[in-house]
Amino acid sequence: MTRFLLRRLMQSLVLLWLVSIIGFAVLHLAPGGPLAEFTLIPGMTPAQLKLIAHQMGLDRPLPVQYWEWFRRMLVGNWGRSYRDSQPVLDVIAAHIGPTLELMVSSTIIAVVLGTWVGVLGAIRRYSVFDYLATVGAMIALSIPTFWFGLVVIYIFSVKLAWLPAGNLYTVGNGSFLDYAVHLIAPSVVLALVTIAIWSRYLRASMLEVVNQDYIRTARAKGVPERTILFRHTIRNALLPMITIAGLQLPTLLSGALVTETVFTWPGMGRLFLDSIGYRDYPVVMGILMFSAILVLLGNLIADLLYAAADPRIRLD
Amino acid sequence: MPDDARSDLRLSPTMDISRLSRRRLLGATAAVGASGLLLPGAARAASAPPKRPTGHVVIGFSQEPTVFNPLMPHIEVDQGVHWNLFSPLWLANEKGDLVPELAAEVPTITNGGISKDGLSWRVKLRPGVKWHDGQPFTADDVKFSFDLLNNPKFRAWSRNGYELMRDITVVSPTELTWKMSKPYAPMVSILCWTFMVPAHILGKAADPNTSPFNQAPVGTGAFMWKQRVPGDHITLAANPHYFGTGPYLEEIIFKYIPDLTVMFTQFQTGSIDYIGLQGITADHYNQAKKLKDRVVVVGPAPFIESITMNLSKPQFKERAVREALYYGMDNKTIVEQIYYGLPKLTSTYLPTQSWAYNPHVAPHVYDPAKAKSILDAAGWKPGSGGIREKNGVRLSFQNSTTAGNHVREQAQQLLQQNWQDIGVEMKIKNMPPAVIWGDYFNMSHYDSVMVGEDFMTGPDPDVSQYFLSSAIPAKGGAGQNTMEYVNHDVDKLLTDGAETFDRAKRKADYWKAAEIIRHDLPQLPIFQYATIEGTKKNLIGYKPSVYVSTNTWNVNTWYWAA
Repeated sequence: MTRFLLRRLMQSLVLLWLVSIIGFAVLHLAPGGPLAEFTLIPGMTPAQLKLIAHQMGLDRPLPVQYWEWFRRMLVGNWGRSYRDSQPVLDVIAAHIGPTLELMVSSTIIAVVLGTWVGVLGAIRRYSVFDYLATVGAMIALSIPTFWFGLVVIYIFSVKLAWLPAGNLYTVGNGSFLDYAVHLIAPSVVLALVTIAIWSRYLRASMLEVVNQDYIRTARAKGVPERTILFRHTIRNALLPMITIAGLQLPTLLSGALVTETVFTWPGMGRLFLDSIGYRDYPVVMGILMFSAILVLLGNLIADLLYAAADPRIRLD
Repeated sequence: MPDDARSDLRLSPTMDISRLSRRRLLGATAAVGASGLLLPGAARAASAPPKRPTGHVVIGFSQEPTVFNPLMPHIEVDQGVHWNLFSPLWLANEKGDLVPELAAEVPTITNGGISKDGLSWRVKLRPGVKWHDGQPFTADDVKFSFDLLNNPKFRAWSRNGYELMRDITVVSPTELTWKMSKPYAPMVSILCWTFMVPAHILGKAADPNTSPFNQAPVGTGAFMWKQRVPGDHITLAANPHYFGTGPYLEEIIFKYIPDLTVMFTQFQTGSIDYIGLQGITADHYNQAKKLKDRVVVVGPAPFIESITMNLSKPQFKERAVREALYYGMDNKTIVEQIYYGLPKLTSTYLPTQSWAYNPHVAPHVYDPAKAKSILDAAGWKPGSGGIREKNGVRLSFQNSTTAGNHVREQAQQLLQQNWQDIGVEMKIKNMPPAVIWGDYFNMSHYDSVMVGEDFMTGPDPDVSQYFLSSAIPAKGGAGQNTMEYVNHDVDKLLTDGAETFDRAKRKADYWKAAEIIRHDLPQLPIFQYATIEGTKKNLIGYKPSVYVSTNTWNVNTWYWAA
């Protein structure tokens, strides 16, 4: 186990280093740059622009800039945002809360609903419900999140006035209930795709397990259907879902990109978009590294959980 | 990807909302009145501001303000916040009149504040003004602010005008004088947008570029810094010791909503009280007018939409080509079909509201037959594929604008068709804002761009930054003459106009310059923008103005009708 963890840690570090090099290169090779914001100010002189580029360290060769960034990262200095000169970690910290809130609530919704739809679809295979669920999942997967978000806002906020049209909370209120009400629409919108994916995978996984010999044996022994379903089928069918959950982590982060924009949710997704728009290199790199770490961590946890849940798996 | 406007870096060259003209504005107001929205006018007039600051206003912006040191490089939404935290020496109100703020009076040659030769300035300050932290505001702060702008280590937002200042002398806590190295009339206007910063805080900063002040500003404005939630909103609280009118609101909140459709929805549902930059999109205008309990105002904006050409490219060197292109553009259809008839057609670069606007400049005429005959006469003969050629140069060029700006893209397609009809090929190549508005535009790497620009110097009609031959960045000049336009008569007129304080003389110079530029056509103007903004019906005090870049310049006088 320790050997496994050490090996994974080494692999992860190498991977992170590669991610940082590729990310840095792509970011800097993309046309445009953070100076675009300054060049348009009337009266800006080339001399002033040079000074700004120098102060930002943009006038040095790329490998030198990368080395500077890398050296600082090693000692835990993630740099400062070009936009508001705040330390990158502070900027990320300020945006991570809303994103986590959204991710946790939408994951709960997705897992609960996805499991229900998936299991029911599998045990009532080819029923009306199953067909509806299949078609529903297709639709959910093909609807653009942006459009769906706007439709939800239009129906529930503009027409019915049941839910707020986005935002984290009402300015000047900020009670728990207020937060919760604001969370409903964005988490449902964000959960939609995950519900579809989760339910499809679970249905398939269930069907596979149902045809296993041990289920037939259990049935032959006269085990009640309920027990077969809950003790034997679902538990086994959920195993591969651990991996899928681990893989879903980046999807949730990127899904939040669009959802956060529609619902004016000040999270990581929007920060990432804005930072790319402004070519705020330190923040973009920061988010990139942060997400890479999250993804690696997600996979590691999934592997560990898998091993814990399935005695057939040995990590060493 | 969500939206066009959101991704724009700066507003001026990239504003995509269609905007209204004055003539149209009257019509629109009448329509609004007819739909019952003018009724509250009576109620509005009757209600008086509250005795104590009451309530709060949520202001929606489609870009996030992130720069709070007003002397550092910033964009329009940043300035929208600066107006409330800081004060200039004086400002231009919505009518264009100069009103003293931190100064006791606006210096003129008549009142002796500016010497007859325009070289010596004397400014008297309003006594008893305090910074938000309670320290007195004095002439030292003004001197410090000017010095900081000229400090070579400081990332100054602009040095235009300030670099001419010499011998800034503090005479007393409420008076200072300085000399100018040459007379420069736009200086009065530049100072309208120059916010004073505190010497007692920034003076002690080791590096003013990274001082904590930049994220916790202390000003003299009607509102004080309270809180910033990055990526979401900024809260300012009423300054109880404000020297001017108001404030009547307890708090103002600048809410960042990156998508214009989403911002409009939040205006509909009431999450925001005022929909500011970049306002309501033209395609939502009809819907907005019908909203209950909202007032939608179509106001003029100083931006001019035009096709800007790079005159150093062989296709555009000849005036005949540019003239033919202008005759070949169906600007009326662009405004009416694509911009819902809201902005006003123009053939020059100043907004109609400016005192230097020349109403006699030849209007634009759409005449493809004439365009063809001009090109024929100039020797541009149809070649392969019907595209005209002359001396090996094909009349074919690229046109670029901010990618994802759907409205502009439609206009581009229309122009492409228009020009194809006269044997000219235009290829569309759009780019993200950080790409197009960087070196590509600034260092004149482009063929032609579709862009909305405010050519004035603050509220002053001096357009030297855009048309002087010494303002070409690609040739090392300071300015925005990226089209590389060179006309020495224009140089002289603009320089003379900026050096005299006599408005009649300036006007004559600027009218002449406008005529020459209309004749030379370094850029092909299409229309003047109009902002479509709105407030809740019972929010009183909002006044759109062409003399500011953001209409949050007077929030100190805003209040909720009882």
